[in-house]
Amino acid sequence: MRRVAVVVFPGSNCDTDTVAAARLGGSDAYFVWHKSTDLQRADVVILPGGFSYGDYLRSGAIARFSPVMAAVAAHARAGGPVLGICNGFQILCEAGLLPGGLMRNAGRKFLSRPVRVRVEATDTPFTHLYERGEELTIPIAHGDGRYVADRALVQELEAEGRVVLRHVDDNPNGSTAGIAGVTNAARNVVGIMPHPERRNARPLGGEDGARFFLSMEAPHATQPAGAVRAADDRHLRV
Amino acid sequence: MSAFRVEVRVMPRATLLDPQGQAIEHALQTLGFSDVGAVRMGKHLVLEVKANTRDEAAARARAMCDRLLANPVTEDYQVAVESA
Repeated sequence: MRRVAVVVFPGSNCDTDTVAAARLGGSDAYFVWHKSTDLQRADVVILPGGFSYGDYLRSGAIARFSPVMAAVAAHARAGGPVLGICNGFQILCEAGLLPGGLMRNAGRKFLSRPVRVRVEATDTPFTHLYERGEELTIPIAHGDGRYVADRALVQELEAEGRVVLRHVDDNPNGSTAGIAGVTNAARNVVGIMPHPERRNARPLGGEDGARFFLSMEAPHATQPAGAVRAADDRHLRV
Repeated sequence: MSAFRVEVRVMPRATLLDPQGQAIEHALQTLGFSDVGAVRMGKHLVLEVKANTRDEAAARARAMCDRLLANPVTEDYQVAVESA
């Protein structure tokens, strides 16, 4: 049973759902207030969705300096799995733990609806129970979900297989290359805009998000990324 | 040491889509301002910075921009020290 710390910032609003989803996945999940500097021996850290600090200045810009973030960065540097969902993804980008940035949706509207995404990287601690190329229906709920990356970064992400989720059918927020989730070079930090905790059980309309949480519990979840890294452009399902 | 009024202008990078600017441009054109184009929207921050010189105040404000006020991936900024 993994210890999963779900960080609560002022303005987080998916923290309770995220803890529930992680517990349903079999984890020992608990809340950590953003002013704490102690992750309580966490195996996995999740930054949940919401509107930390009211999205003032930029989404995630102020939360990234919360006291807990030094511990999150240290956990990430040590190879510990970190998942950022929606606002958590924005915070990870602002903190420089993931590349790129998230800007206002191209169509300006706040979007809250299920979308179709394709799993493109299964060699991460949060996606290895999915099949590569599998398409999922998972809700998004964001105003600032347009992933922005310059040409060089997009080439790097594509070449290294670091696009974790990509929109299919349409590109609701105008993200570069339809990107809906990425991972870092070490593949232990993952950020996604869709909310798997809102689609992890049949009463919620489907179970497509459940394996993000089940993956954390699987034996390889906290193994160093190199051990589950795909070779020869073949992503291994472990 | 004196207090300098520093104005910081943060703009979305010129090469990136600015949907807010587009919406404003469209609204202006709807209102009959057909002569308007290329509207972009950014942020204007006014700070009071204690420093010994104007240059020092500007350097501190740039450090604030690099650290927090602007996102180096998506935004550009300009700093102007207005007065002592």
